[in-house]
Amino acid sequence: MKKLRLATLWLDGCSGCHMSLLDMDERLLDLTGKVDIVYSPLVDVKVFPEGVDIACIEGAISSAEDEDKLRIVRERSGLLIALGDCAVTGNVPAMRNSCGMDKVMATVYLDRETFNPQIPATELPTLHDQALPLHNFVKVDLFIPGCPPSADTLFTALTALVEGRIVDLHLNTRFGA
Amino acid sequence: MEKRITIEPVTRIEGHAKISLFLTPSGLVHDAHFQVTQIRGFEKFVEGRPFFEMPSLTARTCGICPVSHELASAKACDQLLAVTIPHTAKNLRRLLNFGQLIQSHALSFFYLSAPDLLLGMDHPPETRNFFGIAAADPQFARDGIRLRQFGQQVIERLAGRRIHPAWVVPGGVNTSLDETARATILGEIPEIKALACNHLERFKQTLAQYEEYIQVFARFPSLFLGLSNNEGSLEYYDGPVKIIDGDGALVADPLSPNAYQDFIGEAVEPWTYLKFPYYKPQGYPGGMYRVGPLARLNLASRCGTHLADRELQHFKALEQGPVSSSFYYHYARLIELLHAVEMIEILLADPTILDKNVRAMAGVNQLEGVGMTEAPRGTLIHHYKVNGDGLIEWANLIIATGHNNLAMNKGILQAAQHYIVDGTLQEGLLNRIEAVIRAFDPCLACSTHAVGTMPLVVELLSPEGNIIDRIQR
Repeated sequence: MKKLRLATLWLDGCSGCHMSLLDMDERLLDLTGKVDIVYSPLVDVKVFPEGVDIACIEGAISSAEDEDKLRIVRERSGLLIALGDCAVTGNVPAMRNSCGMDKVMATVYLDRETFNPQIPATELPTLHDQALPLHNFVKVDLFIPGCPPSADTLFTALTALVEGRIVDLHLNTRFGA
Repeated sequence: MEKRITIEPVTRIEGHAKISLFLTPSGLVHDAHFQVTQIRGFEKFVEGRPFFEMPSLTARTCGICPVSHELASAKACDQLLAVTIPHTAKNLRRLLNFGQLIQSHALSFFYLSAPDLLLGMDHPPETRNFFGIAAADPQFARDGIRLRQFGQQVIERLAGRRIHPAWVVPGGVNTSLDETARATILGEIPEIKALACNHLERFKQTLAQYEEYIQVFARFPSLFLGLSNNEGSLEYYDGPVKIIDGDGALVADPLSPNAYQDFIGEAVEPWTYLKFPYYKPQGYPGGMYRVGPLARLNLASRCGTHLADRELQHFKALEQGPVSSSFYYHYARLIELLHAVEMIEILLADPTILDKNVRAMAGVNQLEGVGMTEAPRGTLIHHYKVNGDGLIEWANLIIATGHNNLAMNKGILQAAQHYIVDGTLQEGLLNRIEAVIRAFDPCLACSTHAVGTMPLVVELLSPEGNIIDRIQR
């Protein structure tokens, strides 16, 4: 059987969901016996490939770059998973939504007693005023809430997908924890 | 005419960033920028939140070292309560911190940097990763997994879960240590200690083959900064700040963490979202300093544990005076990992660790607090001001990775000048420049966070902005 192609991405999140993937410990090697990880912060491939079977995205969408990335992933992937609360609801990154990016930047770079105070803007991506969940932009096939979802939950879900089974994740997931 | 090379994103680091190299017309590198491309703004959006949310909220800065943020945050909150936390609570926090240090150092070494060291900088990028390691040397990969797992399990057994546990609270910790958990961890110590020793030994054996990297990976004198104690041993939780210069001389009397703004300034550059902390008395950018494993081993005269002390002697003999090559961050990390395993054993062996009194209760008694700890990557500072109701009015965070910002930039320039002499672009060469960054193990999730991954594109641009050469992978 041809191995499935798995991709994982980290957008506006804390990397905790990716750490939870690593928390599968040795089961990570069991999983990679069944799938090829073709794109991930853990590997050196720098262009999102074509023909991905399962893509997991951690984090909210906070910039035009995030948005472009998300659309490419959606286009090139069979199944898109919103991995963790930031991808599912916006969560902590979205806490800035009520004040807007201008105020955030002023607080961090101007209001603190910095040397050479200025708002960095040279060749840097500008951030949207709102951090928003994935489904605001594209169709999401599976939502796995949690901050982060546990390694057991991720292993159960991914193994089932790889084996073509459907599992009920309701009992294994909850928002926040 | 100025040309530019961009490496984007830098991969196998905890976060994403890009590197820009500026070339003279003759193809020599004259400047380098390590650009961090996003910012989340915790300092702003925590305003108005109750202070007791801060440990759990700021844990979400980073999924790799949430415990460090919980500890720095809780220490700042302890000051808001104006309490001295119970002795056992302090030791439980220390234990948690050592668990965190082990998992984070194992991640950096085995998962992120080993592909460069074991498979080689010129190994094909498609398999130059942890899974490539698992195929080439399965036992090495399993050992790395086991060490990281042990660190995460220490956190889980103390605090209930591995990532973002809600156990560290203002005034102490939530629950006392369970006797079974203590026995389980102690039972695993011999196996873990052996693994830590083996891999440190193995790394030392291979050191000679990395001579090239030792010479050019951010090797220069600098100040070193970190927490300290009266015994001169490794300190991660408490104590005054100590700063030494490139010759190992103390540059100031031990400094109070609460007065950090007197000696640490933060500069802003227009081309990166990551600020540049510097030692104020020496100005910007002259007051460049390094933090983290290398700095801590340079600052300490001893580790304070049996096996790590023996290793520290070898480490200190690497160079005359403080060890200056940032490649040795890897080495320092492995010694710290061993020390952490020994410290967990020592802390757990003390019967008072099971004491039930683990939390001091109080309301807001002071309106300002500073918490400073040593995170895996270096000194971490949380500084809060609250109103009488305990709502946050102002917050400042200085993250371990930030402190190293000046040194990382200088280090990339050094490596780039060595490897790029005529503007030639080669994959393995660029990976070496990325590897300088990996030696520092920057956590950009912490400092700002990661931006979406983009292709690695290297472009040479003419002054009109026309692309004259381009490679991509």
